[in-house]
Amino acid sequence: MIVATAFFYLFSAVMIAAAVMVITARNPVHSVLFLILAFFNAAGLFILMGAEFLALILVVVYVGAVAVLFLFVVMMLDVDFVQLREGFLNYLPVGALIGFILLVELLVVLGGWVISPDTATNAAVPINPEVSNIQALGEVLYTRYIFFFQMAGLVLLVAMIGAIVLTLKHKPNVRRQSIADQVARNPAAAVEVRKVESGKGI
Amino acid sequence: MAIGLSNYLAVAAILFTIGILGIFVNRKNVIVILMSIELMLLAVNINLVAFSTHLGDIVGQVFALLVLTVAAAEAAIGLAILVVFFRNRGSIEVEDVNMMKG
Repeated sequence: MIVATAFFYLFSAVMIAAAVMVITARNPVHSVLFLILAFFNAAGLFILMGAEFLALILVVVYVGAVAVLFLFVVMMLDVDFVQLREGFLNYLPVGALIGFILLVELLVVLGGWVISPDTATNAAVPINPEVSNIQALGEVLYTRYIFFFQMAGLVLLVAMIGAIVLTLKHKPNVRRQSIADQVARNPAAAVEVRKVESGKGI
Repeated sequence: MAIGLSNYLAVAAILFTIGILGIFVNRKNVIVILMSIELMLLAVNINLVAFSTHLGDIVGQVFALLVLTVAAAEAAIGLAILVVFFRNRGSIEVEDVNMMKG
């Protein structure tokens, strides 16, 4: 128990420190790397809570895909990041004030609120302690929530097509393969037959 | 002292607030704004999973999985728009984004 508590505070502290560094780092590459650190610690928190599948999905999807995507874009765009940081200190007081108010509101809601004891008894799909987390998730995700699962896949498909359509650029001086032209070729257009006299060449 | 639901909710609240603060202080840099949105979605996911395990209901984790999907799609589309915008304008300042103004 004491180990779990210690790990909770470790993961939480590192995650929050990394999140602060994400928004304050001068170099966006450092921001992305701290974002990766925050995701890793969030995955640790998920494991502490007992959601192993989501923890590993978080590492695979966020660290493996989203953060690397950010890294690609940050390194690909030739942006003057020093200039983008102008006004950082001007916006800080207002941002800190709004953030503080929001945090106080959230914590007040948290403090003055209790869960009704009936809530646990009418869970939609109670967690069975006998089966593993991934099995429990799969049993409900592929049966009861199959529609939402497929909708999520559709969202990803549309996002993929959208990203490709947005960023694909045809350069005018690059020769591209034209399947229709290739298929439409016939022997008359492609081959020329010549009579060559012996000893003379063409 | 045992770690309960309220500890996780407090951590998620702090993370969410950091995300909001990041949007405010990095008003010019769209990349960091997108990263702040990712942080906020992560805080929401921590909330969902905390409630799911505390109340013993697996549906919260299903919902967290869907939030994860939408977050990945959102990051891909956002960064694609960013790349196109950079190609057209040569900068990613938020204040330059007024091309559609009549």
